[in-house]
Amino acid sequence: MQEDYRKPLPRPTAISKPFWDAAHEGRFVVQTCSDCGHSQHPPRPHCLSCWSDALGWKPASGKGQIYSFTVAHRTSTKGFRDDTPYVVAIVETEEGARMTTNIVGCDPASLAIGMPVEVVLDRVTDSVTLPKFTPAN
Amino acid sequence: MIAGLARDAIADAGLDKDRIDGLLLTVPVFGYSAFFPSVVADNLGLSLGYFDVVELGGASSAGMIWRAAAAIEAGLCNHVLCVTADLSGGETTPFGLLLPPGDNEFEQPFGASPPNAGYAMIARRHMHEFGTRPEHLAKIAVSQRANALKTPGALFGDTPLTLDDVLGSKLIFDPLHLYEIVSPCTGGAAIIVSRRSEAPQNGHPHVALLGAGEAGSHTSITSRRDITTSWAKDSAARAFAMADLAPERADFAQIYDCYTIAVLMFLEDLGFCAKGQGGAFVAERDMGFAGDFPCNTNGGQLSYGQAGAAGGMTHVVEGVRQLMGRAGERQVRGASVGVVHGNGGVMSDQVTLILGNGG
Repeated sequence: MQEDYRKPLPRPTAISKPFWDAAHEGRFVVQTCSDCGHSQHPPRPHCLSCWSDALGWKPASGKGQIYSFTVAHRTSTKGFRDDTPYVVAIVETEEGARMTTNIVGCDPASLAIGMPVEVVLDRVTDSVTLPKFTPAN
Repeated sequence: MIAGLARDAIADAGLDKDRIDGLLLTVPVFGYSAFFPSVVADNLGLSLGYFDVVELGGASSAGMIWRAAAAIEAGLCNHVLCVTADLSGGETTPFGLLLPPGDNEFEQPFGASPPNAGYAMIARRHMHEFGTRPEHLAKIAVSQRANALKTPGALFGDTPLTLDDVLGSKLIFDPLHLYEIVSPCTGGAAIIVSRRSEAPQNGHPHVALLGAGEAGSHTSITSRRDITTSWAKDSAARAFAMADLAPERADFAQIYDCYTIAVLMFLEDLGFCAKGQGGAFVAERDMGFAGDFPCNTNGGQLSYGQAGAAGGMTHVVEGVRQLMGRAGERQVRGASVGVVHGNGGVMSDQVTLILGNGG
C-alpha cells in the first residue's frame, strides 16, 4: 500500500465491481456465463458468446502464459514516468480469458512469449488491488 | 479551421456552397460538442438533407466516403462535404483525450498507454510468429520519409531518414522506436463526394468509388483472439469483391500508418502478400512513389503528419490526388486504380476503399 499512489486507478462499475472487490480480498476471479460456460474479461453486462445475462464469477487458478508483451521505455501515462522500464503484457489465463496487465518481479530481458506466469495481487491503495503476473516457478 | 477547409474544397471542386446538401464529420480527439454536425452547419450557413458524425477513429475518413456515396445513392443528397480537423496538445482543452471506458478501467492502471502498448504487443507477436525483423518495420518509415520529401506541406518534408536513424532512435514501447510512431500536429482535410450526374465540370478529372468494405468488433486488442490478423482482411475482401478487382490491379496503396507495424500487417491483410510475408514483401519491394509498389506516396501520417482524427483523411486526399493526376513530382505514372485503407483504434475499426479514375 502506498499513500502517495499517483497512477490511474480503476473506477469500478456495477458490472466490474465484483472483480475488483474479489482481488482486494485476495481472490482472483473471472466472469463466467452460467448458461454456456464462456469466460470473459474485461467483465461485461452480458455474455459475449450467447447474450445471456446470467453471469457469475468463477475462481481462476491464477496461472497463465504470456500471449504478448512490451517493455515501456517512455510513457505518457500519469504516474508511470518514473517506473520505466516496466512490462505491459497480455496474459492468457488457464481459463482462456485474456487480460492486459503487468509482469513484475523479473528482468524484462528474460521474458518471452509463451512463458508461464502466475498472478500476484498488488495492493496499491487502501481500496484497490491490481492483479499482476510474475514468471511461474 | 473547418470553415477554411470547406472553402478550399468547394473552390477546388468548382461548387457553390449552397449546393452542398450533405455533411459528414468525425469526432475530434481534442474537443467535441453535442450536436456537432448542426453546430458546424450553423457556422457554415449550410442547408442540409443529410448530416452525421462517423466515429470509427482513424477509419472515420474512409468510412465517410462510402457513407456519403450510399446517402447519394439513396437519394438523400447530391454533394456531401466530408471534413476532418483536429488540434494537437489535448491537455490544454477542457475535454482531454477521449477514451473508451474499458481503457480507463482495465488498461490505464497498468500503464498500458493507448495506443502505443497495443501496437507494440502486436509487433512483438508478429515477430514471434513470422520472424518479422525491426529493419523490415524501419524500412517502411524510411520509404515514407523519402516520399514526404516531394510533398509540399509535409511535417517532416525537409529531412531524409535512414534505417540507422530509425533503429537508433529511442525505444518507446519496445520493439517500436520513436520514428515508427506518428507525432501529433494540428491540421485537417476535406473531400467532396458528388453524385456523378451532378459533378461539376471544372476541368478537374473525377475519381470514382469502385468498392468499399468495413469490418470490426472490439476496442482493446485483448479482446481479439488473433492479434496478427486484423479485420482489414474482411474489409478488403468485401471492397475488392464490390469493385470486382484483385489487389494486384492496384497501382498504389495509401495505408493507415499510425505505426510501421500497422502498414506491414495491412499489406498482408489487404491481400498484397500472404500472411506472415509482410516483412519479406517490404524488404523486396520499393515503396517509393516511383517504385514497384507505391505506398503512402505523400509520406503517410508518419512523415506527412497525423492531425488527430483528421489523419485518415490525408490518405483519402492523396489517393484522390494521384488518380486525378495532380500529385506533382510524386505522381505515380499511369495510376488508374488505387486502394485507400483506414484503421481505427488498435486495429479495431477497418475500412477499405477502392478508387478509380475517370469517374
